[in-house]
Amino acid sequence: MDFDDTPEEAAFRARARAWIDANAPKHLEPELKRAGFASTGVQSEDPLAASKAWQKKKAEAGWACLHWPKEYGGGGYSPMERVIWGQEEGVYGVLSSPFIIGHGMCGPTVMAWAAEDQKRRLLPPLASGEEIWCQLFSEPAGGSDLAGLRTRAVRAEDGSGDWIITGQKIWTSGAQRSQWGLLIARTDPDAPKHKGLTMFFLSMSSPGVEVRPIKQANGESGFNEVFFDGVRIPDAQRLGAVGQGWEVSLTTLMNERLSIGSGMSTGFPELFRFCLEAEIDGEPAINDAAVRSRLAQFAVRQSGLKYTGMRAITALSKGEIPGPENSIGKLVAGSTMQELAMFALDLQGQAGVVQDADSPHNARFQAMLLRSPATRIEGGSDEILRNIIAERVLGLPGDIRVDKNVPFKDIPTSGGRKT
Amino acid sequence: MNLDFSDDQKALQAQVRRFLAEKCPPAVPRAVAEGAAPYDRDLYRGLAELGVLGLAIPEAYGGMGLSHLELCLAAEELGRALAPAPVSSSIYLVAEALLQAGSDRQKAAWLPRLAAGEAVGAFALVEGPGRAAPGKVRATVEGGRLTGTKWPVADGDSADIAVVAARAGAAGPLSLYLVDLTGAGVAREALTTIDPTRSHARLVFDGAAAEPLGEAGSGWEIAEQVLDRAAVLMAFEQLGGADRALEMARDYALERMAFGRPIGSFQAIKHMLADMYVSAALARSNGYYGAWALATGAAELPVAAATARVSATQAFQHCARNNIQVHGGMGFTWAFDCHLFYRRANALALALGSQSSWEDKLIARMSRANTVAA
Repeated sequence: MDFDDTPEEAAFRARARAWIDANAPKHLEPELKRAGFASTGVQSEDPLAASKAWQKKKAEAGWACLHWPKEYGGGGYSPMERVIWGQEEGVYGVLSSPFIIGHGMCGPTVMAWAAEDQKRRLLPPLASGEEIWCQLFSEPAGGSDLAGLRTRAVRAEDGSGDWIITGQKIWTSGAQRSQWGLLIARTDPDAPKHKGLTMFFLSMSSPGVEVRPIKQANGESGFNEVFFDGVRIPDAQRLGAVGQGWEVSLTTLMNERLSIGSGMSTGFPELFRFCLEAEIDGEPAINDAAVRSRLAQFAVRQSGLKYTGMRAITALSKGEIPGPENSIGKLVAGSTMQELAMFALDLQGQAGVVQDADSPHNARFQAMLLRSPATRIEGGSDEILRNIIAERVLGLPGDIRVDKNVPFKDIPTSGGRKT
Repeated sequence: MNLDFSDDQKALQAQVRRFLAEKCPPAVPRAVAEGAAPYDRDLYRGLAELGVLGLAIPEAYGGMGLSHLELCLAAEELGRALAPAPVSSSIYLVAEALLQAGSDRQKAAWLPRLAAGEAVGAFALVEGPGRAAPGKVRATVEGGRLTGTKWPVADGDSADIAVVAARAGAAGPLSLYLVDLTGAGVAREALTTIDPTRSHARLVFDGAAAEPLGEAGSGWEIAEQVLDRAAVLMAFEQLGGADRALEMARDYALERMAFGRPIGSFQAIKHMLADMYVSAALARSNGYYGAWALATGAAELPVAAATARVSATQAFQHCARNNIQVHGGMGFTWAFDCHLFYRRANALALALGSQSSWEDKLIARMSRANTVAA
């Protein structure tokens, strides 16, 4: 049991550190360190351009998508080396946020299911950040119940074999800046819901695609609605067989869980620093017994997540595949972040209501309060994650399902049907 | 980086688990709870023969000379089995105090006997209700004679030797002393507690012979170091207990039918079990961090020990109380084992100092070291 590198890992770390030291955009470091919540914090230049520039530089030197094969634009490194890279990249890793969905989820799905020539064409520009991908999964009627989605794909009547897409996706991160999208749609409404789905990829500049930003509850617009009005997709852009879409989507979701080692942030280090600075009755807040008790509860959650991540990395380095037990990361981090933000505002007293430049830590905790409800929903809600733990880790039975073996078109819905 | 135990260590853990499955089924802690014996002597002798007691004691003092990592894994099994035996008092506390602060003569006199299970040790720090603090220690030693009352003292009714915190004179410096409990001037009274699988006593000293353990005046510092070490080991007992309580709840949820289906298919039950799993998983990871710090003597040990302790206490209490909830009315019967876990969870939560005191220590230590677990 140790936290030491093997000699090979140490050599890799030294090489990564030296390259980062020589090449990182150091002029951005102060801004990145102040990174607001859910943004890179870059303001002095176009933030997307800054992200793309760093990604391209990494790709040219073989440091992009470290664990991908080289022929697809990756670095050909081991999962462990990827983790070490992340540790060394440090604050500059924040710049990768526009590429997370593409690299973490769309890329691995394309790698598993696309034809060889497609992989060689699509993956290198995805790795280098020249092309951004989004994931077109969730719908107004299919979030936690993803297989309830209703966007239709029907064969074109011209005999071309092309597919015509009609429907709507929602909560699509980064759709407005994406060149490509990974799309799951219903091809057979007469089949039971999980069996009538098919996966495609498409150019986001295809005629009939319309992206509309959603004004979120916190006032920002990171998510979008995406509308498809008779969008044509060649059959060659189908991933997996017709009707195999659910299985293909599981590749994507499994890869989401494999994206470990980055460690979910809970905001604890920032709260701890704030409690050293803030005062209660002229004393540092951290000397207050009630503050200490709350802080300790947050501390052990933060630490538990950190060392759970390290145990997963240990398993990875031994060639084991991290399993559904890693679902605990977001489940714990999401609600911790929310409770922690409320506590930080409480320590600010009545001034906690203020969200401007005068607020402590540049209003980080206010932003966290308003953003944290989304963390508990996106990428698997707290409730879905608890189901995953209960069913796949603890082996409890699935819920009794009234929709499993029924043709999709006969399943009762809450709104008007759009299929 | 390797945050895991080795295959050899896991094999040793499996051996201890097999031993306890045979020698310590639930009927064994239950018999201690219902009977008059302070602990199960056959079980304790068996643990000594297996080498469990001496795992982390050097060979020169009759131990196995392995590391605290092995002892952590054995502790996890003792916790799973609710072993009714004085391992924590004798080994985590008294043997550790001797190893940390004892003279060669003291170590040679007592460690082999503790490792062999021939003698039992008890750690006598507190004197009644309230959070332990140096100012609350009133016991005094004058002319090598100890006077005062310590309670509750785990295993105090059966121990042969105690490590006692006392002052040299009424306002004198606080030091630790070794006291032979079989000698004159010691009166003991067994106490009724919330966990009758583990015995506790009130020890009244009236001129009992006491010899200094460790440097005079450094009693509190040594006690804190010993408590940190014991906290990591006890955290593994708590992890074992938490995991077992979760398994019991899971198994019952699969087998118990209500409304025509297993109760484990209801989300109210599934989500309760998922939350128990999360507590136990976080506590396990924090426990590994503590084990690493303990075994390597890392400077982070005070923070790591408090982290492991707070997390493990929370997890075992959470799993034990929800285990009863999942079992419903049957869980509240004496015949089911749920209450034994509930009792043990809540007793261990107090054993080395209350949860709030460890929360306080954790944050005080983090702000001192300014080590933010980023």
